Amino acid sequence: MEINTTTTSRIRVANLSDIDLQGARTVRIRNIEVALFRLSDGSVRALENRCPHKGGRLSEGMICGSAVHCPLHDWKIDLSSGQVQEPDTGCVTTFPTEIDRESGAVYIVI
Amino acid sequence: MNHKKKLVLVGNGMAGIRTLEHLLKIAPGIYDITVFGAEPHPNYNRIMLSSVLAGGAGLQDIVINDWSWYEENHIRLFTGDPVTEIDTDKQQVTSRSGVCVPYDLLLLATGSNAFILPLSGANKEGVIGFRDIRDCETMMETAKTHKKAAVIGGGLLGLEAARGLLNLGMDVTVIHIHEHIMDRQLDEAASLMLRRELEEQGMNFLVNKRTAAITGRRRVEGLKFADGSELEADLIVMAVGITPDIELAVSAGIPVNRGIIVNDYMETGIPGIYAVGECAEHRGITYGLVAPLYEQGGVLAQRLAGMETPGYRGSVISTRLKVSGVDVFSAGCYKDEPGTRSLRYQDEIGGVYKKIVIKEEKLIGAVLFGDTSDGAKLFSLIKSGESIVGREKELLLGFHPGQSEANGSIMLEQMPDDEIVCGCNGVSKGDIGEAVAAGCRSLGEIKACTKASASCGGCKPLVEGLLQLYTGAETGELVKEGICGCTTLDREAIIGSIREMGLKSVKEVMNVLSWSEPEGCTKCRPALNYYLGMVWPLDYEDEKESRFTNERYHANIQKDGTYSVVPRIYGGVTSPADLKKIAAVAEKYNVPLVKFTGGQRLDLLGVKKEDLPGIWSELDMPSGHAYGKTLRTVKTCVGNTFCRFGTQDAMGMGIRLEKAFERMNAPAKVKLAVSGCPRNCAEATIKDLGVVAIDGGWGIYVGGNGGIKVRASELLCTVKTEDEVMEWTGAYLQYYREQANWGERTAHWVERVGLEAIKQALANAETRQELVSRIEETLSATTDPWREIIHDKELLKNFVQLPELNSVTE
Repeated sequence: MEINTTTTSRIRVANLSDIDLQGARTVRIRNIEVALFRLSDGSVRALENRCPHKGGRLSEGMICGSAVHCPLHDWKIDLSSGQVQEPDTGCVTTFPTEIDRESGAVYIVI
Repeated sequence: MNHKKKLVLVGNGMAGIRTLEHLLKIAPGIYDITVFGAEPHPNYNRIMLSSVLAGGAGLQDIVINDWSWYEENHIRLFTGDPVTEIDTDKQQVTSRSGVCVPYDLLLLATGSNAFILPLSGANKEGVIGFRDIRDCETMMETAKTHKKAAVIGGGLLGLEAARGLLNLGMDVTVIHIHEHIMDRQLDEAASLMLRRELEEQGMNFLVNKRTAAITGRRRVEGLKFADGSELEADLIVMAVGITPDIELAVSAGIPVNRGIIVNDYMETGIPGIYAVGECAEHRGITYGLVAPLYEQGGVLAQRLAGMETPGYRGSVISTRLKVSGVDVFSAGCYKDEPGTRSLRYQDEIGGVYKKIVIKEEKLIGAVLFGDTSDGAKLFSLIKSGESIVGREKELLLGFHPGQSEANGSIMLEQMPDDEIVCGCNGVSKGDIGEAVAAGCRSLGEIKACTKASASCGGCKPLVEGLLQLYTGAETGELVKEGICGCTTLDREAIIGSIREMGLKSVKEVMNVLSWSEPEGCTKCRPALNYYLGMVWPLDYEDEKESRFTNERYHANIQKDGTYSVVPRIYGGVTSPADLKKIAAVAEKYNVPLVKFTGGQRLDLLGVKKEDLPGIWSELDMPSGHAYGKTLRTVKTCVGNTFCRFGTQDAMGMGIRLEKAFERMNAPAKVKLAVSGCPRNCAEATIKDLGVVAIDGGWGIYVGGNGGIKVRASELLCTVKTEDEVMEWTGAYLQYYREQANWGERTAHWVERVGLEAIKQALANAETRQELVSRIEETLSATTDPWREIIHDKELLKNFVQLPELNSVTE
C-alpha cells in the first residue's frame, strides 16, 4: 500500500447548496478531516481542518474574503494557498476542488 | 392665510433635494414648498445604483429622504408626475396628471438622461441606459432569464454597469470606441492596468469598435460593428454619456445651450427661475458628477435664504471608480502635454500606478491606480494651485527620504481658510476650524456638525489631518483611530453614516465607506453586525457569518473543538425536575464533565458539535447565552426569603431582571447580580451592574468587573422600588449599548467616559424612559437561538459532517 502514494482520487463530497455562502462544512476522507469553504463569490476551497498553531478547527472560523480566521486564536489562513498570513507563519494542506456547474456537485481531488 | 412665498422644485433628485435640505437648515420655514418628481420614488442616491447592482445594497437602502422627511418638513410631494408645462407669465406649473401649482420662485433640477446613440435598432426591447432605478431593475430582471450583456462605453459609468452585470451572473462585453478604457480620466498605463484587472474579474473588452447597428426583431439579439464584425447580446446598456434634460425649459422659453444657462447664482435668463445640477450649464460647462451639484446646491440655498454669497465659480473635478477590488482615482489634467512635466511610479507586480502632472511649479493633475489613499491630498493641491517645488517626489511616493513626516501638517497649515476641504458638502478649512473651536473632538463630531466627509468620504484624511492640527496644538489629544485595519473611520463616524445614509447591511457599510478589505476582518465584521443591529433593532437581519463561532453555533467552543452547553437558570434558582432533566441528558450523551459555573449555572462540557441540537432539544430549556456578547447571568443570594439578614427579595429581583433582559446583545458580555443585604453575598459590586438591597430600597452599582483587572463598581443611584430598579437598569444597559465601542466592557466604558457623564445622561426621567423603550423594542425582536436552530433544517445542517459519497481513483 505504500507503493500507491501517487494515486489520486476524485471524490464527490457535497452539493453547492450544502454549504452556506461564507460558511463551511466538513467531511472525513481517509482519516483526514477536510473543511470545505464557500467564498462569497460562490467558489469552493478545501483545506485540512486543522490550524497549524493549536489544531483549531478552521471550519468554525470566520471567512473574510479569501481567508479564514481560526476560531481559537485568530490566525489568518489564505484559503487558496493554505499559507498562514503574517505575523504568524505556517501552512495548511489544501486540496483541489472541482464543481460541476450543471448538477452543483462538488468534488475534491485527493 | 398663508403668506409664505411659494417655492416649486421640478425634479426630485439629488441636486434639487440637496438644495432644499440646505435651505431648510439655514432658513427653515420661509417657503411653502412643492416638489414634482418624474420617478415614483422618494429622493434616492443615484451614485449608489452601482452598489445596488453589485449586490451591496437593496433599492430601499439607497433612499436618502424617505416619505416622512417630506412630511416632517411640510413639503408637498408629487411623484411619478413630471411637470409638463411652465407658464412664465402666470407663474405656474402644470404636471402630466393636471396638477397646477403657482410659484413665486421656480427651481429646475430636471437632471439628465442617458445618451442613447442614434443607431438603427436602438428602440428595441433590451436596450437601456444606466440612469435610474428602473434601469437597474431591468438589468436584474434580464439577468434571470438571459446570459449575454453588452455595455457600449468603457467609461466610468459603463464599467460600473458592467461590474454590476457580472455580479448578476451575466457574460459581459464592454465595447469602447477608443483604444483605452476610461480614456477621459486615465492615461495609457493606468488604463491598461485597469483593463487587465477587470479582465481578471471576468469582463471582456472590444476596443476600437464603433457600433453600427443593433440587430434583432422585437427584442435585441446582437450588435453589428462598423468593421463588419458582430456580437450576440440579449441586453445592451448604453453608457456613452448623459444629456441634460432641458426639454421643459426649452418649451417655456428659458434660454439654453447644452444645458439651461445659469449665472454664478444659479439664476436662469428668466427672473425667479433657477436651475441646479446636471440640467444646468454654468460658464459653458455641464457637470455629471455629484460634488459640483452639491456645491451649486449650497450656493443656491444661500441665495434663496437671502444670504450673501460669493456665488458659484465652477468646480475642478475628481473621479473615483466604484468597482469592488479596483481602486482608481483621477483629477485635473492627467495627460502629458507641451509645457507639462510628470512623475510616475509604476509597479506592475503590486498593481500600483501613480502619476502626477506638473505645470509651472504647480500640480495640475493626478492619476492613481491600486493605491488611491493620496487622492484627496493631491486633489486639494490641484485646487489650491500652490507651488509644489521641492515636494514633487514626496507627493508621488508619499514620503521624502531623510525628512520627517511633518510635511503633511505644514501643507495643512498653509492651506487658506476658505479652501473647500469637503467638495461634496462645501465645507471649508475654516468651517472645520470653527467646529473644533466649538468643541468637536472627533471625525464623527465634525461630520455631524459640518457634514464634512459625510458623503463620499474622500476628504476624510484631510479632515482628520485638520482635526489633529487644530486639537494637537491646543490639547495634544490624538485623533481616534479606526475600528480596525480595514478602515480609518472610528465608531462614531461609522454609526453616524449608518444612521444618516440608512445603511442596512455589513457589506453595504464596507462598500459605501470604502473599506480597504472588501470583506473586512474578524474585528470589524462583528462590530458592524452589532452596530447595525443596535441602530435598526427591528429591520436589521442579524448576519451569522459575521459572528464568532460561539455565537454562530450558540455554544462555547473549547480548545479541543468540542463545545459546552449551559442552559438558562434564572437567578440561579432551579427545581428538582430541571436538575433531573439535565442529569438525564448528560448521561444519555456521555457528557464528560458537568460543572457549576461561576455564575450559578450548570455547564455540560466536552459535547461534540453534532450532538448539540439533540441536547438542546431534549433539555427543552432556553439558552443561557453563556457564549455571547449578551446578558449572561444574574447571580443572586437567597435574600429575605430564607436569610436572617436579608432585607429584600434578591431572588425575585434577580429573576425579574434576567427574564427582562435575557438575549440582549451588547458590545461585550454583561453580568448582573442582586444581593439581598449589604453583606453582598452575590458579589454584586464586581458586576457590570449590581443591585444591593438596603432597608427600604436598592442601591444600583455599575462598572464593576471581576475579570483580568478587578474593579469595584460605583454607586449609580439609590431607588425605592423594584420597578425603579428595572427602569434604571434598562436605561443604563441601553445607554451602554448605544455608546460603548464594540468589545468594550462596562468597566472600561465607565472609566473612559466617567461615571458623572453617565449619571448626568440618565438623570432626566424622560431620557430614561426613552432608553427603556428602545431596549424594550430591541428585546421584542429576539428569539431563543437553540429553539430556532432545532426547528430550522438550513441551520441544522451545519452541525453535521457531510457523508463521503463516492470516489474515482485515477
